[in-house]
Amino acid sequence: MSAQDIILSSGTSELTPAAQVRRKVAKMTKLFDATKCNGCKACQVACSEWNDLRAPIGEFSGSYQNPADLSSECWTLMKFHEFKKNDKMHWQFTHTACMHCDDPACLTACSTKGAIVQRSNGTVDFDSDKCTGCGYCVSACPFNIPRLDPIDQKAYKCTMCADRTQIGLEPACVKTCITGALRFGTREDMLFYADLRVKQLKEKGYANAGLYNPEGVGGTGMVMILHDINQPESYGLPADPKTSLPVKLWQDVVKPLGAVGIIATAAVAIAHRITVGRNIVEEDEPAAYDHSHDDNQKSDKE
Amino acid sequence: MDRRQFFKLCACGATTSAIAALGMMPGEAMAAPREYKLLRAKETRNNCCYCSVGCGLLMYSHGTVGKNSEQSIFHIEGDVDNPVNRGALCPKGAGLVDYVNSPNRNQYPEVREPGTNEWKRISWQEAYSRIARHMKDDRDANLIETNEAGTTVNRWLTTGMMTSSAQPNEGGFITHKFARATGLVAIDTIARN
Repeated sequence: MSAQDIILSSGTSELTPAAQVRRKVAKMTKLFDATKCNGCKACQVACSEWNDLRAPIGEFSGSYQNPADLSSECWTLMKFHEFKKNDKMHWQFTHTACMHCDDPACLTACSTKGAIVQRSNGTVDFDSDKCTGCGYCVSACPFNIPRLDPIDQKAYKCTMCADRTQIGLEPACVKTCITGALRFGTREDMLFYADLRVKQLKEKGYANAGLYNPEGVGGTGMVMILHDINQPESYGLPADPKTSLPVKLWQDVVKPLGAVGIIATAAVAIAHRITVGRNIVEEDEPAAYDHSHDDNQKSDKE
Repeated sequence: MDRRQFFKLCACGATTSAIAALGMMPGEAMAAPREYKLLRAKETRNNCCYCSVGCGLLMYSHGTVGKNSEQSIFHIEGDVDNPVNRGALCPKGAGLVDYVNSPNRNQYPEVREPGTNEWKRISWQEAYSRIARHMKDDRDANLIETNEAGTTVNRWLTTGMMTSSAQPNEGGFITHKFARATGLVAIDTIARN
């Protein structure tokens, strides 16, 4: 991997963009089919095994969900959602990991150059060597995915197994999935497959079945087939995720303005120096030194 | 060096640092993913023995087969060439490496004598002899040779046998023949745990 494989980088702007050479690399997408998932958690275990992460053993919280939440040592979590619809109990499982947005809010929020990057295959990755641990990505993510590590204070999340995908393998979670709920392939293939599957679901009576691929973040690198696309909240997903306004204002308005301010100050100073020249202070004649006080101080000390 | 030169040097130093801090110095490294961890690891095929499905495994270990290196398994994933699972593994299988390296794993025969709560390590030879002795004694005492009608049945109901679930057909055939030959009725595999 080199800088040419990175198409978006935190801390850069349109004036100083990341390298843009490898645009011809196919965008890869992970597809999670919630209608096929049986909540077995193999993806969660395979993720922990491949990435050498071992989250502390949690406590029973009334749900099969364990650990209770994502952490710096749990990048993929099977979330269990219970809700009632038409007086009927529904139990839905969500493969919770980074969505790898096409327009990632975390990357926009990050001020450190190159700490968050988007590779040419579409995956969003954190570079922990450059991460300063400010936590902006944690608060900016509309899906609430990145987490700070309590020991090294750096942000971590799913990398879409960048070490596997870079040599042409599928992510560990996808490889292990026994029901075929997780699939991996080019974005084109996954969208095609999702289309077929949604049609099939509609024929089976799931009239509201659809693909969760929110436009607010430019589409996601992990798309989801849901039983009811009108209720993404029932899967713990936001209905309309997008980069929040303060983050956009900060990066797109305040920071450029600040840079302009610094440059303008320097420019004014230089212009003043050239046109007006330096200030010459006309000094007064130094007053004659009064020796009388010295005598007073001496006498005080004595 | 006079005072004026000192201030000039300071100003030069501050300017250089400012240029570096503004990001005008070349960066060091790219954001590279970590190295693929299985690149030269030794790959060994096996079967998952934790249920009757018998999924294919690829086990990866540190070290080559060289005489000076001790291999140790550090990663296990599904075998895509195995028609049973085609690379997939359930959560139990996906976490197998922690079974292999578990401190609680049983690695040698142990016995807990009646009346004690302590496990004592014994040799394999001792274990086999002991099992054979117990089986023989129990079978001699409790084998039911004929039923009420006088028909020969040769049932041995007081002992059960737990077998491996990760055997090929041949292994299963021999295990089954052995158990039935002794009259055992209760045979099961760990697949049903």
